[in-house]
Amino acid sequence: MQKNHLLGKLSGLLIFSATLVLLGTLLGSTGASWNFIESDQALVLDIRLPRSLGAYLAGALLGLAGGIAQSLFRNPLADPYLLGSASGALLGVASILCFGYLGNTWLEMIGLNGGAFIGALLGVLASLLLAGGYQSSLRLLLSGVVISVIIGAANSLFTFIRPDLFQSIQSFMLGNTTLLNWSGVEMMTIVLALCLLITLIISPVLDALSLGENTARTLGLPLDQLRLVLIGILALATGCAVAQTGLVAFVGLAAPHLVRKLAGGRQRIHLLFSCLGGGILLLSSDLIARTLFAPIEIPVGVVTAVLGGFYLLVLLRRSSLRAHI
Amino acid sequence: MKTYQLNVYRGPCAILSNLNLDIPQGKWTSVIGPNGAGKSSLLQAIAGLLRWDGSITIDGLDLSTFANKDLAKKIAWLDQVSSAPDELGDSLSVYETVMLGRLPHQGWLHLPSDTDHLLVEQALRQSDAWQLRHRPLQKLSGGERQRALLARLLAVDSDVLLMDEPLANLDPPHQADFLQWQDKLLGQGKTLVTVLHEIHFALRADHVVMLNQGKLHFQGSSQDPATHQALIALFGGRIRLEKLGGDWVALPN
Repeated sequence: MQKNHLLGKLSGLLIFSATLVLLGTLLGSTGASWNFIESDQALVLDIRLPRSLGAYLAGALLGLAGGIAQSLFRNPLADPYLLGSASGALLGVASILCFGYLGNTWLEMIGLNGGAFIGALLGVLASLLLAGGYQSSLRLLLSGVVISVIIGAANSLFTFIRPDLFQSIQSFMLGNTTLLNWSGVEMMTIVLALCLLITLIISPVLDALSLGENTARTLGLPLDQLRLVLIGILALATGCAVAQTGLVAFVGLAAPHLVRKLAGGRQRIHLLFSCLGGGILLLSSDLIARTLFAPIEIPVGVVTAVLGGFYLLVLLRRSSLRAHI
Repeated sequence: MKTYQLNVYRGPCAILSNLNLDIPQGKWTSVIGPNGAGKSSLLQAIAGLLRWDGSITIDGLDLSTFANKDLAKKIAWLDQVSSAPDELGDSLSVYETVMLGRLPHQGWLHLPSDTDHLLVEQALRQSDAWQLRHRPLQKLSGGERQRALLARLLAVDSDVLLMDEPLANLDPPHQADFLQWQDKLLGQGKTLVTVLHEIHFALRADHVVMLNQGKLHFQGSSQDPATHQALIALFGGRIRLEKLGGDWVALPN
């Protein structure tokens, strides 16, 4: 009975996702392409479809990263953006753009993703180190902000050293889906499949952590190693999303909260739903970004920042969180 | 279970030192002591949660040689109930929570087997929590939550059960039920070690270990007059023991 219920919810989310991708493929800042005529083919297949799929996949990666962060640190404010991992990833991307010339499209993509992964990992570790752990929401949040500011300053330094890259770096900082292409979609598909598979296998450790650290330890789980693996997945998912779309704020924070009631308490279900929720959230924001002021497009990061900012306020107003802070 | 020259550390500080304990197998042992005596730390050390040196042996086997999973199958541990709500607000159902007790027995995919489901149902029925199985753990009252967590402990199906304040939040009828569960578990050959503040419940155990300021004060049978004298001395003569309906009760002097 419960299984059927979950399958129903999963099917609903998947159908909604497919509808959004279809809508994203047909709608654009230059208008709708309801008739699939030949002149539209290149626009639809080479631009809108990879962009829609890419936005969905980047959202799914950020949703997964946010879900992992919140469950792992038992902290409702943990999020790739607020933890410093997203800005760390951006630093990695900017470093590769500034100093690495790899000459080949795929090598460049691997270099950008690798740089983003290492940057994200260092960002989240620095935030945790500065906060002295993950127990206090406020300390972790402030540490993430401090790390993000410092990293932001480093990024600005890069644009100062290489003024010719100002626009590229600025585009990453605002969050942008216009440059998504098929190779980015392929990369994100591979990374998402890998991250999701490993996360779903080891997710019982997150269930056990809901009973407290000590109880989880007495259940025979290699907690320290699994925690490291999960931080690695968090960094990989964030890094890969940031390498394709830049800094898209708040998707990782909001998606896990939005699906929490729908998913119930089991992390295996919750993280899967966070993924789908993240995809839906980013692609919806992208559709708004494309069409709100058409034919002018605004960066998707601006839309998610506005929507996410309001959502963060709602979260902060919730009594349990306010009491904690 | 025996300990020899056991020192237990929290960070760099030794909080228990030179403990030589003999915890009888298949019996119920109560650990008693004033606040800060190191009772919970003793249980945590046995459960592998605190650093220790010296030796702890079970069935003649050194505990330090056990792999994580083997230790988890051998020893189940029940934490003191935390009153702080979980910040995330998500919650497993009671059934899913109790199923976590089966993690040490599951493969790497952690998919529950028919035996897992059977043992979870038995554990829930034994701790009178079967009717709560669909409810989220976070929404339960203190007593209901304690019964659900006791079921989680029982679901491990281990030989040794360590319980830190298992009676916390339980109402008197469920405290009485707890004593019956203990008898049932002892009938199954389990070794029980509990930390209890309620001295009259602690003295229902077969064996008593008294700790004071990180050291062993006394250990012996709960019915032995020498144990009673040591207990009175442990609390500085501020309590007296009297027999009431076959049970020993502690009253303030």
